[in-house]
Amino acid sequence: MPDDAAFLQVRDLKKHFVLPGGLLRGKTRHVQAVDGISFDLARGETLGLVGESGCGKSTAAKTVLRLIEPTSGTIRLDSVDITGLSRSELHAHRRNMQVVFQDPYSSLNPKMTAGSIVAEPMVNYGILDRSGRRERVAALFARVGLRADQMIRYPHEFSGGQRQRLGIARALAVSPQLIIADEPVSALDVSVQAQVINLFVSLQDELGLSYVFVAHDLGVVRHISHRVAVMYLGRIVELARTRELFADPLHPYTKALLAAAPVPNPRRTRERIVLRGDVPSPVNPPSGCRFHTRCPMAFDRCKVDDPQLLTPGDGRQVACHLYDTATPARSAA
Amino acid sequence: MKADVHAPASAVALSCGEPVIRVEDLKTYFFTRDGVVRAVDGVSYHVMAGETLGVVGESGCGKSMTALSILGLVPKPAGRIVGGRVLLDGRDLVHASEAEMQALRGNEISMIFQEPMTSLNPVLTIGQQIAEALMLHQKLPKRAAMARAREMLELVRIPDSARRVHEYPHQFSGGMRQRAMIAMALACNPRVLLADEPTTALDVTIQAQILELMLELQEKTGTAIIFITHDLGVIAETARRVVVMYAGRKVEEASVAALFETPLHPYTVGLLRSVPSLEPDSDDGRRRRLTEIPGMVPSLLDIPPGCRFAPRCPFATEECVAAEPPLTEHRPGQWAACWHTDRVEATFDA
Repeated sequence: MPDDAAFLQVRDLKKHFVLPGGLLRGKTRHVQAVDGISFDLARGETLGLVGESGCGKSTAAKTVLRLIEPTSGTIRLDSVDITGLSRSELHAHRRNMQVVFQDPYSSLNPKMTAGSIVAEPMVNYGILDRSGRRERVAALFARVGLRADQMIRYPHEFSGGQRQRLGIARALAVSPQLIIADEPVSALDVSVQAQVINLFVSLQDELGLSYVFVAHDLGVVRHISHRVAVMYLGRIVELARTRELFADPLHPYTKALLAAAPVPNPRRTRERIVLRGDVPSPVNPPSGCRFHTRCPMAFDRCKVDDPQLLTPGDGRQVACHLYDTATPARSAA
Repeated sequence: MKADVHAPASAVALSCGEPVIRVEDLKTYFFTRDGVVRAVDGVSYHVMAGETLGVVGESGCGKSMTALSILGLVPKPAGRIVGGRVLLDGRDLVHASEAEMQALRGNEISMIFQEPMTSLNPVLTIGQQIAEALMLHQKLPKRAAMARAREMLELVRIPDSARRVHEYPHQFSGGMRQRAMIAMALACNPRVLLADEPTTALDVTIQAQILELMLELQEKTGTAIIFITHDLGVIAETARRVVVMYAGRKVEEASVAALFETPLHPYTVGLLRSVPSLEPDSDDGRRRRLTEIPGMVPSLLDIPPGCRFAPRCPFATEECVAAEPPLTEHRPGQWAACWHTDRVEATFDA
């Protein structure tokens, strides 16, 4: 494989959860949490997954890892299709993809010392002997900005930022090439958040890691991502290089999201696009384009015709009828 | 009833631009097994009618505890207001009786919290909860109170209010619950609204709706808002003046424009620089390192000597450890507690 081939390739990934039906509820219903998403991720690249609660970004991340089993679609990691692998077959490939969760409080075993938490993945994969592991744990502690004497401490003795450093050290222990980070800085104070973001960036520069970085904070996503995928109700509605996405968003939802994000500049005047209403339920998503119920640009076709993710050019992708060349509605944008 | 609590002062407040609420040198301490936690340690601020004061700072800075102190809701028995005053139209609330405070809360002073689900009663309908305050404080009969509750839901733009007024909190989405909380908080036309991270748990598109709604209602009612948040973006869009808190102290106060353009305290500068920007003109590639504030907020049990920010401050000198800098007015309306504001200013301009 050439070096620039996609390290992670996700195609038409779906995760539908079944809601139990019952005597009174009638037939079973499905939550279309992730409903056909596709993307590539190169080595050393960060793809930001952004969207509001319930858009499926976290489910997408967990499904890529197969922490949640996909309903359909394929996941290729380093050109190996891992979608149908058995648990034991998957084990070897898991080493290549690790995860960092949002809540460092609940993702660290409170009864284990910090050192053994970081060593555990190495034990699982039979990497190094006891003293070798101890050395590597010390090196990892130093790399993520923790002191070696903190190895014998327990998670509750660490601050939020330190716990997230611990989670990162644990993820790095088995030298993965891909880290999937699910809202890793959302629970942190801004000054500490900056420390952890800088750590992610410098680790990537140093180790050539690929990241799928799930976040709802547009500033954070913009800072850390090379490309950004915007999700809405289980779909990717727009995918573009970060700079282009933020300078010239195409999808009406992306535009609204950017317009809604508060900016720390009291003199900024801007076009407010305040969306009305809430995100509809993924149990019964709207017909046609899922965004049409809130979209200020919607026209008749949007109610019946589900837009596909198109490539209008420059490697940008957008799922919106406004950009469908067959429809002369583009000028309306 | 409203009038007997502060009748003499209110007329004065409305006529000559006196602050509606004034916090003076407030000290709220917690007496724990491990020692005294000085959660709020000499904080002063005020808000005028129709004004929004932003209070910003990170976890543990005392911003929420100041608000709870105003309402007389400091967790007992560990917590206690040990000094200072809270003046509502000139009347001190620190020494008010519990009965007097109950007459004020939800009436003269209301509060909205971050997570509406935990502050709504799950077994009462939304309408009953809004009506409760009206029946209690304004002595409305039940039928009139429920009708007014429905009007309040309409005011905060909850669609189909006639049906929604009879629904329970779990039937509302997160954004709608926060709207219902606002309806409840504003039902009695309070003089002061304390909003503690009211949009932090909401998605950005919903947050934009709620902020717009709050400011629009404020224009109609003239309510003074104390808006507590960690989000500088939200501050920039809502507040007129801003107080920055750190480790139980106010470290800077300024107009919102001055705070963002010419900050004087190193902590304010650190906060502003550590936020990843969405500004179009900062488009020089994503690899710019974010400015970190090294270390973390000190334990309030073990407050560093001198300036509390000194251990994390790039400007700190021996002077900072030796003596705590007083809060002084460096420019008209801009106050900072730092020995080195000249150097901070020079650096920020550069």
